[in-house]
Amino acid sequence: MSQYSGIGVSPGIAVGAVRKILGQKVTSEISGTLEEVLAGLKAVGAQLEASSEKIDLEVAKDILAAQAMMANDPSLAEVFENILTAGQRYSDVRPLIEEAFAGFKNTLSALGGYFAERVSDLDEISIRLLSHLAGVKITKLVLTEPSVIVAEDLTPSDTATLDLKFALALVCSKGGATSHTAIVARGLGIPAIVGATGVMDISDGTQVLVDGRSGSFILEPSQDQISNLRKREDALKSRSESVSGPGKLSDGTAIQLLGNAGTVEDVHSAMKVGAEGIGLFRTELLFLNSRIEPTISEQVELYSAVFEAAKGRKVVIRTLDAGSDKPVPYINAIHEENPALGVRGWRLTRTSNDVINRQLEAISIAQKSFDVWVMAPMINTPAEAEDFASRSASFGLKNCGVMIETPAAAIHADKVLAKVRFGSFGTNDLTQYVMASDRMDSRLSDMTSAWNPAVLRTIATATMFAKELNRPMGVCGEAAAHPHLAAVLVGIGVDSLSMAPSAIGEVRGFLATVDLKTCREAARLAQAAESAKEAQSLVVELLGE
Amino acid sequence: MPSQVVTVASKVGLHARPASLLVKAASASGVAVTIGRPGAKAVNAASLLSVLSLGVKNGDAVEVNVADGENSAQVLADLVAIILTNHDE
Repeated sequence: MSQYSGIGVSPGIAVGAVRKILGQKVTSEISGTLEEVLAGLKAVGAQLEASSEKIDLEVAKDILAAQAMMANDPSLAEVFENILTAGQRYSDVRPLIEEAFAGFKNTLSALGGYFAERVSDLDEISIRLLSHLAGVKITKLVLTEPSVIVAEDLTPSDTATLDLKFALALVCSKGGATSHTAIVARGLGIPAIVGATGVMDISDGTQVLVDGRSGSFILEPSQDQISNLRKREDALKSRSESVSGPGKLSDGTAIQLLGNAGTVEDVHSAMKVGAEGIGLFRTELLFLNSRIEPTISEQVELYSAVFEAAKGRKVVIRTLDAGSDKPVPYINAIHEENPALGVRGWRLTRTSNDVINRQLEAISIAQKSFDVWVMAPMINTPAEAEDFASRSASFGLKNCGVMIETPAAAIHADKVLAKVRFGSFGTNDLTQYVMASDRMDSRLSDMTSAWNPAVLRTIATATMFAKELNRPMGVCGEAAAHPHLAAVLVGIGVDSLSMAPSAIGEVRGFLATVDLKTCREAARLAQAAESAKEAQSLVVELLGE
Repeated sequence: MPSQVVTVASKVGLHARPASLLVKAASASGVAVTIGRPGAKAVNAASLLSVLSLGVKNGDAVEVNVADGENSAQVLADLVAIILTNHDE
């Protein structure tokens, strides 16, 4: 196969050599003896120790050091001694190796929380051991030259430990439009494709052409293919560079364009492209990068830096949204059968109430005279909204609002929004919950698009209530970053759009070509369609490419 | 055979850094050390995987046993000190 396709989730063109991350699973039979397995474990331990010493990032250093200890673990060696007979050659040791790891993996999984997190360390050691026995070199974490990163999926903790400065593009065989890979790539401003089944079969070093807009991925591309795609991409890009300043439609209607951010650098990037503020500051990264809860003073330091970087413009800061696809081991310590429907976001007040209160305290200390808006994730009921509002008030945080990201909150928005000052649609989770489709499951990618008329109707219902209550409504999901969908959301009646800084230029340029009347017509057509695909094609037909 | 029952002080329990420190100290002691919940099956304290598998949380009690040897008492005191320290601060 010379061409693969997936979902383009971050536009741009990249040409480069493939570098595969993780999961270079050896599938052939691997012959071996007990002695070779034990020597292999020692070698893996030494590899991991060496990487741990080499790497600068503190979190990665600790993880690698702990993995090295596990590879050298006397109990693991003992299990192998029980399973394999000394001096005997096995034609395939893989199943025996898997059996040896399974015992520890099952015990740790059953303990849940941060103990269960260690299962991934054992997987890492097991993959390295099999590769060592098969004589295959494993590559992870360390990139030395610009490459197209190909992986099954990149988790938030991968992206926290991966050196992304050499990443030309990200391509994942799994994941949907709202997976973390998409969010990270948009944040970095590099092309990305997810759900590209089969790409893990491509060998390292193959030259590829990645089109993060259409989702196509071409092996050994010709010069013509490269220049044609580049030309088309440049034409679309120039539109985004032709307009600057605050967001507005061709008839002058103002639409506030804000940036999504997770770090101080993201805030700088947003300001650089002329964002009118930060519409979503995610506070998870500080918690994910730490093995224990960050102290109030550590939090104050980060939040102050964020407010400073925004130069007095509005910053919407979201309280910790740990759980579901972003588990923080020391907070989400209980194993959940169904984490997307479990204790996550604001629901953490049920289990880690003090953590949320300490965070609100830190925000209130950092607030000073900055334009700070606080927002709670996963608010489902009026009572939860009221609880958040009264806590915010007790910390002197006046501008409080809620994410509308569950069907319950959207349908009940007349009561939910009455308790607070503003709302913001989290379209990624709202889509997942309205469509009852896991956003990580690439087999359901048609269901996990915010173009689904059912999702747009849900947004329209809540926006209607917000208008009656005179509450500003924003969108801070990935939907806001898609120019045509942004026009539909404006037509539905949202007041602001917050997106990855890299998408702002393109959305600003596109919105400048349409008026409010046309946006309303686009919104009507999309909501009347039967499918996401039909909605999108009707709108593209109306508004042009 | 010196032994002592102690309460785990670290917020994360015997996990991450506290567990690594304990395992390193037990391996370096040169004496056989076991750890377990009082009255339950004890495991090799020089094995990170075994220690993690105990699933010991903050505030849980554990019993440390050090095999007889020249430094047994000192080794036990050192290990107990590690468990009684909150390494998260």
